[in-house]
Amino acid sequence: MPARNDVILDEKKISRALTRITHEILEHNSGAESLVIIGIITRGAHLAKRIAAKIKEIEGVEVPVGLMDIGLYRDDVHSMLDQPVVQRTEILFGVRDRNVILIDDVLFTGRTIRAALDQIIDFGRPRTIQLAALVDRGHRELPIKADYVGVNIPTARDDQIVLHVKEKEGDDIVFIERGKGRTVTKKSPAKKKGGKK
Amino acid sequence: MNGLQSRHLLGLENTPAEDIQLILNTVDSFREVIDRRIKRVPTLRGITVLNLFYEPSTRTRISFELAEKRLSADTINFSTSTSSVKKGESLRDTVQNIEAMKIDMVVVRHSSPGVPYFLTQCMKSNIINAGDGAHEHPTQALLDMYTIWKKYGRLDGLRVVLIGDVMHSRVIRSNIWCLKTMGASVALGGPSTLMPKEVERFGCDVYTDIDKALDGADVVNVMRIQLERQQLGMFPSQREYTNLFGVNSGHMKLLNKNYTIMHPGPMNRGVEITSKVADSNKSVILEQVTNGQAVRMAVLYLLSGRKEEEGE
Repeated sequence: MPARNDVILDEKKISRALTRITHEILEHNSGAESLVIIGIITRGAHLAKRIAAKIKEIEGVEVPVGLMDIGLYRDDVHSMLDQPVVQRTEILFGVRDRNVILIDDVLFTGRTIRAALDQIIDFGRPRTIQLAALVDRGHRELPIKADYVGVNIPTARDDQIVLHVKEKEGDDIVFIERGKGRTVTKKSPAKKKGGKK
Repeated sequence: MNGLQSRHLLGLENTPAEDIQLILNTVDSFREVIDRRIKRVPTLRGITVLNLFYEPSTRTRISFELAEKRLSADTINFSTSTSSVKKGESLRDTVQNIEAMKIDMVVVRHSSPGVPYFLTQCMKSNIINAGDGAHEHPTQALLDMYTIWKKYGRLDGLRVVLIGDVMHSRVIRSNIWCLKTMGASVALGGPSTLMPKEVERFGCDVYTDIDKALDGADVVNVMRIQLERQQLGMFPSQREYTNLFGVNSGHMKLLNKNYTIMHPGPMNRGVEITSKVADSNKSVILEQVTNGQAVRMAVLYLLSGRKEEEGE
C-alpha cells in the first residue's frame, strides 16, 4: 500500500468527484437526452460506466456507453519495439449530432485525447465532444483542456499517478508514486503499465 | 506475450502458439474497423508497402492491398508482366532497386518456394509471404484459424479435415502446421498419387477414402484442385476426381452435427465441391474472405514496428 500522504483520492472522494462531474455534465447539456459516453480503455471505460449509472439514478435516462481503444491512432507506434496490444473499440451507436462525453482516467500529455478525438471523428460528426478526466496532472504537450475534472494535482514529470478501480484491482484509490516516471526510450520497450501515467 | 518473435512472416511451420494466438487476438480489433462506415485507421501512416506478385492472384492481392490502404500505408503494386523482369532483370536486383526508393514492407508471392526467405537475406524490409510455390501461404491459414476460432471459441480438440492436392497445396501445408501447433487433430484426404512421399512426416491421419476422412469431423476445408498443376496426369480425369473426392451433400451426414464447410477459393464448383454444399448455411466461405482482410491488417500491424536492428 502507498504511504498515507501519497494518496490523492480514496474511495469516497472518487465517488464524490464522479457525482459532481455527472451533475456538471447534466447541467451543461441541459439533461441527458443528447448525450453519449465514450470511455477510453481500460480505466476510463470503467469510469464511463459508473457515470452512466449515476445519470440513470439522477435523470432516469439510459445513456449509450461505448469503449474506445486508441492503439491504432497512437503517434508513437513506430518508435516502440513491440506494437501495443490493441483492444476492441465498441461504439455501437451513431455519434452524429450527439454530445459526446469522452472519459479518461488521468489527463497528462494530451496525446491519448488527441488520438481519441481523431477516432471519434472517424465515426461521424458529433455536435460537441466534451472531455472529463478524474485526475488532471498537467504537463500538456498539446493544446487540450478538460471540461470536467475530478481533481487537479501538481506533479513532477517523472511522477506516476496510479489509479485503481474496483472492477479491475478490487479497490478504488488514486495515489502518486514520486519520481518513478515512465521511461520510454528506443532501446527499452515501453511496457504496458496498467493505469500509470 | 508482448509482440511477435519474428520480424517477418515466412511460414507457420516454426511459428509458436503464442504468436498465432497474438495474431488471432489482434484480428478482432481490425474486424471492428472494417465494419465501420469509415474503414480506415491512421496506424501505418508513413509506411510504404510493396506488393510483389510474381504469380497471378486476385483475392490475396486485393485483400492485402485493401488491408494496407485501410491502415493508411502507401502501397506500390508490382506485377511481372509490366516490369523490367521482362527485360531479364534478376529478382535480387529488382527488389534491391525498389528498396533503394525507401520501402518498409514487402508482400511477396512467387512460384518458387523459399523466395520470401531469400528476400530476408538481401533486403532490410519486413517480408510477408503471400504464397511461395508449394511451400506455405501463412495468411490464408491464419484466416482459416481465425474463422474456426470465432465459430467454436477454440482450436484444440477440433477435428479438421483438409481435402485436396496435398502434394502441391501450400494452403494445406500452412494449415497443417498451424492447426497442429494450436492442438487440433488433422486429417488429410486425397488421391494417393497426390500425397507427398513423406506424408507421415506431417503427423496427420491420411486417408485416400474420403468417407473415412470425413467421419466425425468438425471442420472440412476443401482445397481447389489446381487444374494448371495437373499436366503430370496424377489422376485420370477431372470427372473421376469429382466422383471419388468431390465433397457433396451426401457426405454431410458423416460429419459432426455442428460442422463447418470451408474453401480458400477460387472454387471449381462441381469439381471439388458441389454448389449445394458451397452455398449451404454451414459454409463460411465468404466469411473467410472478410476475415482474411482483417487478418492481413493484423499481420501488417504487428510486423510494422519491428525494425532491422532490433531483429530476431
